[in-house]
Amino acid sequence: MEDRLTAILIDSFPKILIPGLIRTIPLTAISFALAMVIAVAVAIIQVADVPVLKQIARFYIWIIRGTPLLVQLYIVFFGLPDLGFMIPAFPCAIAVFAINEGAYCSETMRAAIESVPAGQMEAGYCVGMSYLQIMRRIVLPQAFRTAFPPLSNSLIGMVKDTSLAANITVMEMFMATQRIVGRTYEALALYMEVALIYLIFCTVLTKLQSLGEKKLQALNGGAGNA
Amino acid sequence: MLEVRGLKKQIGDTVILNGVDISIDKGDVVAVLGPSGSGKTTLLRCMNYLERPDAGEMIADGRTYDMSSLSKREIAEYRRYTSFVFQNYNLFLNRTAMGNVTEGLVTARRMDRTKAQKIAAAALDKVGLSDKYDAFPSELSGGQQQRVAIARAIATEPKIIFFDEPTSALDPELIGEVLDVIKSLADEGMTMLIVTHEINFAKNVSDKVVFLDEGELIVEEETDKFFDMQDNDRVTRFLGTLNR
Repeated sequence: MEDRLTAILIDSFPKILIPGLIRTIPLTAISFALAMVIAVAVAIIQVADVPVLKQIARFYIWIIRGTPLLVQLYIVFFGLPDLGFMIPAFPCAIAVFAINEGAYCSETMRAAIESVPAGQMEAGYCVGMSYLQIMRRIVLPQAFRTAFPPLSNSLIGMVKDTSLAANITVMEMFMATQRIVGRTYEALALYMEVALIYLIFCTVLTKLQSLGEKKLQALNGGAGNA
Repeated sequence: MLEVRGLKKQIGDTVILNGVDISIDKGDVVAVLGPSGSGKTTLLRCMNYLERPDAGEMIADGRTYDMSSLSKREIAEYRRYTSFVFQNYNLFLNRTAMGNVTEGLVTARRMDRTKAQKIAAAALDKVGLSDKYDAFPSELSGGQQQRVAIARAIATEPKIIFFDEPTSALDPELIGEVLDVIKSLADEGMTMLIVTHEINFAKNVSDKVVFLDEGELIVEEETDKFFDMQDNDRVTRFLGTLNR
């Protein structure tokens, strides 16, 4: 009996890990990269007070934060085909995760940009720089340093949220596990196993976060952001 | 060289500047004095468009501009010829001393990086920071930071530098090093408008004093005459409070 369970766990390990490597990680990485692009753009639109676009940005954040991620996945994957939009599962998941995470991260970025002292902007104007030059070269690098820990938080959260993609037929780690459970009926052991793999992924990210923080600190000349 | 007429600024219901006229000739060092809340800093910030004036004319290079309606482009063009030194330095926190000085040269003026670094090194040497090129603002004292800010201000070869209380945020023992640098610029004939509370400095270095009180220009006078002034109540009261 014990031998059977051990055999199942050993046999299933690569069958769970490989979808993790080829689905969960790319899904997280691509979605998060897109989410950051959305986040920075949406944050700057708000901070710069761009008319119309600012209202659109607030509306976007309101809708996305006010509805469940799982429901958003279902609307796009199962709902949009009713209107004639069929999107394959993997790109669909990427799009929904990016749009969802973009809304949360844009608020993080907005707060971080606003925490950069106004004098940085004024000093930039006084040496002749344009708004976008100051934003790109002075304000955003400082804002990223402030935003780095909460953004790491979001990234780690997202690794685990990708398990929701199982619901729209993306063959990622969790779905792979469910399949094996369906065959073997070893729910406890296998779900513990997949949990462990998620934990390993997140542990690696946590380590990367502290390395990244040290690196950012050095770039800004050590002590205090004052 | 630079003249402002009828400068008005109101924030909410409060009138900060109520029609100020000021004229600065090339090579002038003008001290802006006055009790706190008199509008000195606002005057300076309006003159570099960090605050948008509600009304006023500016005459620069023989052209007259309506200060309340300058376009962004015109403001950017005007700022190519001015520099501003802030009370709390406002150094770029993610740039070294060198980077602070080269930033505007490289990004705004499209200068070649090597050339910009040469100019920046000369400017930093001039303010006595030849050993601090690679220091970040967080590694510098207040006096050193303000000297980097002055190096940043002179590197762009402005026609005028605005100083907004350049020593007010400094520990007393660091004030001297900054004032010395400003004085050396005055000796070289740099045109400067300086808001300050350092009365002795104003007395020794400036050519002219502009005295503001409650948003109005009360006196614009040569420095020597200003400090001997007996016939103006507000001036004598102000000088009296300082001597006490």
